[in-house]
Amino acid sequence: MKPSAIFLAFLLVVPTVAAPQGFAGMATAVEGFNDPRPAPAFSFPADHGAHPDYRIEWWYLTANLQDAAGTDYGLHWTLFRSALAPGDTGGWDSPQVWFAHAAVTTEDAHLTAERFARGGIGQAGVEIDPFAAWIDEWTLSGETLDALSLTASGDAFAYDITLNANGPLIFHGGGGYSVKSPEGQASYYYSQPSYEVTGTLTLPGGDVVVTGTAWLDREWSSNPLSADQQGWDWFSLSFDTGEKLMAAQLRSVDGSRFRSGTWIMPDGTTESLGDDALTLTPIASTQVAGRDLPVEWRIEIPSKSVDVSSRPLNAQAWMDASIPYWEGPVFVTGSHSGRGYLEMTGYEE
Amino acid sequence: MIAAALSSLWSYWRRNPLQLATMIGGLALATALWSGVQALNTEARASYDAAAAVVGEGRYDQLVPRAGETLDEATYLALRRAGWQVSPVLVGSLDLGEVALHLTGVDPLTLPAGAGAAGQVAAVPLAQFLAGEVMLAHPADLAQVGTAQSIDLIASPAITQGMALADIGAAQRLLGQAGAISRLVVAPDQPLGRPPLAEVAPELLLQPAQGGSDTAQLTDSFHLNLTAFGILSFAVGIFIVYGAVGLAFEQRRAMIRALRTMGLSMRFVVVLLGAEIAVISLVSGAIGVVLGYLLAASLLPDVAATLRGLYGAQVAGTLQLHPSWWLSSLGIALLGGILAAASAIWRMSRLPLRAGRDPQVWAMQSARGQRLQLVLGLALLVLSGGFVVAGGSLLAGFARVAALLLGAALLLPPLLEVALHVAQRRARSVTAEWFWADTRQQLPRLGLALMALLLAITANIGVSTMVSSFRLTFIGFLDQRLIAEVYVSAETDAQSAAIEALADDGITVLPLLSVETRIGPQKVDLYGARVAPVYEQYWQFLAQDGDVWSRVAAGEAAIINEQFARRAGLWPGDSIPISPTVTLPIAGVVGDYGNPLGQVIIGEELFITLFPETRARQFGLIGGGADALMARLEAEAGFDPAQMIDQTALKAASLEVFERTFTVTSALNVLTLAVAGAAILMSLLTLASMRVPQLASVWALGVTRHRLGQLELARAVALAVLTLLFALPLGLALAYLLLAVINVEAFGWKLPMYLFPADYARLAVASIGAAALAALVPALRLARTPPARFLQVFANET
Repeated sequence: MKPSAIFLAFLLVVPTVAAPQGFAGMATAVEGFNDPRPAPAFSFPADHGAHPDYRIEWWYLTANLQDAAGTDYGLHWTLFRSALAPGDTGGWDSPQVWFAHAAVTTEDAHLTAERFARGGIGQAGVEIDPFAAWIDEWTLSGETLDALSLTASGDAFAYDITLNANGPLIFHGGGGYSVKSPEGQASYYYSQPSYEVTGTLTLPGGDVVVTGTAWLDREWSSNPLSADQQGWDWFSLSFDTGEKLMAAQLRSVDGSRFRSGTWIMPDGTTESLGDDALTLTPIASTQVAGRDLPVEWRIEIPSKSVDVSSRPLNAQAWMDASIPYWEGPVFVTGSHSGRGYLEMTGYEE
Repeated sequence: MIAAALSSLWSYWRRNPLQLATMIGGLALATALWSGVQALNTEARASYDAAAAVVGEGRYDQLVPRAGETLDEATYLALRRAGWQVSPVLVGSLDLGEVALHLTGVDPLTLPAGAGAAGQVAAVPLAQFLAGEVMLAHPADLAQVGTAQSIDLIASPAITQGMALADIGAAQRLLGQAGAISRLVVAPDQPLGRPPLAEVAPELLLQPAQGGSDTAQLTDSFHLNLTAFGILSFAVGIFIVYGAVGLAFEQRRAMIRALRTMGLSMRFVVVLLGAEIAVISLVSGAIGVVLGYLLAASLLPDVAATLRGLYGAQVAGTLQLHPSWWLSSLGIALLGGILAAASAIWRMSRLPLRAGRDPQVWAMQSARGQRLQLVLGLALLVLSGGFVVAGGSLLAGFARVAALLLGAALLLPPLLEVALHVAQRRARSVTAEWFWADTRQQLPRLGLALMALLLAITANIGVSTMVSSFRLTFIGFLDQRLIAEVYVSAETDAQSAAIEALADDGITVLPLLSVETRIGPQKVDLYGARVAPVYEQYWQFLAQDGDVWSRVAAGEAAIINEQFARRAGLWPGDSIPISPTVTLPIAGVVGDYGNPLGQVIIGEELFITLFPETRARQFGLIGGGADALMARLEAEAGFDPAQMIDQTALKAASLEVFERTFTVTSALNVLTLAVAGAAILMSLLTLASMRVPQLASVWALGVTRHRLGQLELARAVALAVLTLLFALPLGLALAYLLLAVINVEAFGWKLPMYLFPADYARLAVASIGAAALAALVPALRLARTPPARFLQVFANET
C-alpha cells in the first residue's frame, strides 16, 4: 500500500504547536508528555513494553544475514509508537498510534512494507510477559527478549526468523539516558546488539534460508531533537573482533553536528563516547529517490584506534514510507572490518 | 387602468373555477411527478454516491457480511491479525434535529490512501479526528445544525451535502452502535501468505470493486428509468397547461379586445397575460413541490429496497429537502407554464383586433402544421431505428426509446385524421357523418391531449410488458436454480461432513463450491457443481453444445452465464482459461437473472483439483421432503434452524425483492394515466364553449341536448379507442426496446418477451374509462346547456 500524504503529516500535526520542526516533528515540544530524566532505573520486563506517557517509542530490529552461498541480505523491522496525547484509553479513542516498517535488502533490491494501526483496539501493541510486539500479523515475540521470533510480510516479500541473544542488554549514554543535543534533549535508549539469527526470507525468486546477527534498539522520548536539528545519521556496527559500536550524529541547520556513541566490548561492557570522541564524515554520495545522499562514510574514533569506511550493500535502500528515510545494511573496512546498519533521516528533497 | 385590466383578467378565472383548478392541478401534478422523481433520484444518488465517494468504495474490493450475518470488531481484528489489509467503515443515519446526515465512520490509519476520505481527513488535525472530537460535513448542512452537539462540527466543502465523515469510534458512539462495523474496504496490495477469507471470516463476502459494467452503471440505468418517467410525466403535464391556457385565451378574446379598445397597448396586455401565467405556474409549482415531496417520501422506501435488492447499493430511507431540488422544481413549473402559454400569447399578439373565432379556420390553418408533424414524426421513427447502427450504449438505447415515443406521438394526429376520414366516408346516417366530421374538426385542438394519452398508454404497455416478462423469466429462473428442497449452511467441517453423510441415505447432496476469480479482465464467481439428474431436468440453456452436463461432470467443459457470455463475447465453441493450466471449451450458456456478475460453472472434481482448499459450506438437499430433512438435520447434526431454509421460503424471499423493485414503476404508471386523463378533460373543456355555435345548428335541426351530450361522450371514447389501437403496437415496440436493448446494456441479459392480453385489456378499459371520465363533465354541461344559449347564437347572427 502506498502511504498517503496524511501519514507524512500525522506526526507533524500535533495539537498544541504551530510549526513542527525536525525530522518527523521530533523537535516539537508537546505539553503533557513526560521527559526522560538522567540516571534512569529501568525495570524489566516492564520497560520492554510501551510507555504511553512519552510521545515517541520504537522497537527497532536490524539484521545482517547470509545464505548458504554467502550472499548478503539485510533485514529490518521497526514498530513505532506515536502518541497524539499522553496516556492511553481503550477503544478507538486511544491517542496511541502505531506504525511499522519491514524491509529486506539485497544487493539489487530493497523491498519494503508499512503498516498503521490504532492503539486501544488490539490491532497493534506490546505485551511484556511473555514478550510480544505486534501490528496486524507482523509479530516479534518470545518468552523473554532473549529468545524471539519475528515474522512480517509485504506484497513482494516475507520473513520468518528466530533470534537468540548471546549477550547482555546495552545501555547507551548515562545508563540508558541518551543526550541528543547541546540543549539537553534526550531519550531513554538501550539495545540488545547480540542476537544470533536463523530463518527464512521469502523473496520474489523463492525462499532463502539465512543465518546472521541482529541488533534490537529500544528507545523512547517525548522531545528528542532540539529545535534546529534536522535529522540524524546512525550506525550500528559489529566488528569481526567481537567489538560493537553504536555511533550517531544529529545534524543542525547551521551545519553543526552533535555526536554520541557507545563502544561495546565482546563481554558486553560499554564505554560511552561523547560529542568529541568520534567523527562521522561523508565520503561519497549517490542519487537516491531524487535526492543526494551520503551513502558512504568515514568513521573515526581516535581513542579506540578506529578509522573505517562504510559502504552500503545497496545504496538505494530508501524507505519510501509515510516518513521516508534511508535504512540499509553496510560493510566497514579499514582499521576494523565488520558489518552493520546505517540509518539516515531528515534528508529533504 | 392597470387595476381594471387585472381585475377583468382575474374575473375570468373567478367565473371558471373548474378551469383554474384543472390548470393548477395539471401543472401541479406534472411538477409533482417531475420533482418527485428528481427527489428520489437525488436522494438515492446522494446516499450511495456520497458514501462511495467518502470511502471510495467503488475503487476497492469490500468485505460485507453475508445475508443474515453481522460484522464486528472481533472479525476485523481477526482479519488484520491474519494479514488481511482491510479498513473498517461504519455507515448510518445521524439525526441532528433539523437535518439527518448520512454518517460514514472510517479509520484513517488503515484506509487505503486512494480512498476519498483520506484526502478529506487530511484537512483536520489527525489527533482530533482520531480522538473522535470532530465530524466533517458540508457547510450548508452545518448551517442548519445547532451548535449544541456532542461533537465539534467542521465545515468541509469536499463532503457531499447530506453526508458526514467522522472517525469510526465517533461514528459508533454517535450512531449508538458500539463495536459495529458495516463493511471492510480491502486495500489493493495484500501481503504474502495471507490465509483465504473462508478460514478467517467465512461469514463475510468479498464484493469486487466496481469496474466497467458494475453497480454504478446498473443503478444509473435504474435512475435513467426514473428520469425518463419524470420527463414523460412533465411532458404530459405541459399538454394540460397548453390546453388550459389556450382555452383561457380563446375565451377572453372579447375581453382583451375590450381592453385594447380602452387604450391598453398589445405589449402591455401580453405582459399582463405573461405575469398571470407566471403567478399561476408558481402557485401550481409550489403545490407540485409539496405533492412531489409526498410522492417521493412514500416511494423512497421502495426505491431504497429496489436498489439494495437488485444492486446492493445502500440508500438512506429518509428523504431530505434540498433547496436546489425545490427551487429547480419551481423553475421547471414556471418554464413549463410559459412554454405552454407562449404560442397562445404569440398567436394572440398577432391577431387583428377583430378576428373571427371560427374553429374551422383554425383547423384549416393547422393542416400545414400536420404535414410538418408527419414528416418530423417519420424522421424520428427512422432515427429510432438508426440508433441500432450507432447503438451499443445504454444512452443510445434510451435515445431510441425517446425517438420512438416522440415520433409516434407526432404521427398520432395525422393517423387519427386518416382514420376519422375513413369513418366519415363509411357513415350511413347524417348524424354519424356529422359526428365524424365534427370529430375531425376538433382533432387539431384535441391532438395534444391525445398524444399525452398515447404516451401514457404506450408507457404502460411497454413497462408492464417488460416487468411481467421479467417476472415470468425470473420465476422460471428461480425454478431452474432453486432445485433443492432445502438449503443448508454448515458452520464447521463437522457439519459439512454430516451433510455429506446424508448421501448414504439416498438423499441428493449438492454442495455449493465457489471462489471469486478473474477470467481475463472480468471478475467472476467460479462454481464447482456436483452434476445430478435434477440439473439436466431443470436447467435450460440459451445456447449449448452437445451433452452439456456430462461434459461438465467429466471436467471437459464449462457453463457460463449470459452476462459473462455477452460481455466477453464468448459462446459455445469458444474456450475460457479457468486457471493457468486449465482451459475449457464452453458447453452451455445459461440465463441468470439473480445478479449482474459473471459466473462460470465447472465440474466438482475439477474444481477440487484446482482449489483444494475451498470447502463447501452451503448445500442443497433433495429427497424426503423439506420438513423431514430440516427436522433430521436439527435433531441429528445439531443444525440451528437459522442455518436452513426451504426452497419455498427462499423463492418467496427472492420474489419479494423483485416485487418491491417494480412497485415504483407501477405507481408512476397509474399517475401518468391520471395526468393524461386530466389533459383530455382540459382539452374538452376548451372545446366545449367554442363549439356552442356549431352545436346550436345541430340542436336547431332537432338533435336533443341529451343526445348531443351522449355524442360528446361517444366522441371521447372513439378517440380514446383509436389512440389505444395505435398505442398497442407502439407499447409492444417499446417493450421490445426495453427487453432486448435497454436490459442488455443495463444488466447484461436479454429477456424473452411475453404478451399479456389480459393486462392490455385491463389497461384498455382503464384508458377508455379515463377518457370517458374526462369527457363526462363537458358532456353533462352540454346536456344541460340552457336552450337560450343555443338560441343566443342565432340572435347574434341577425
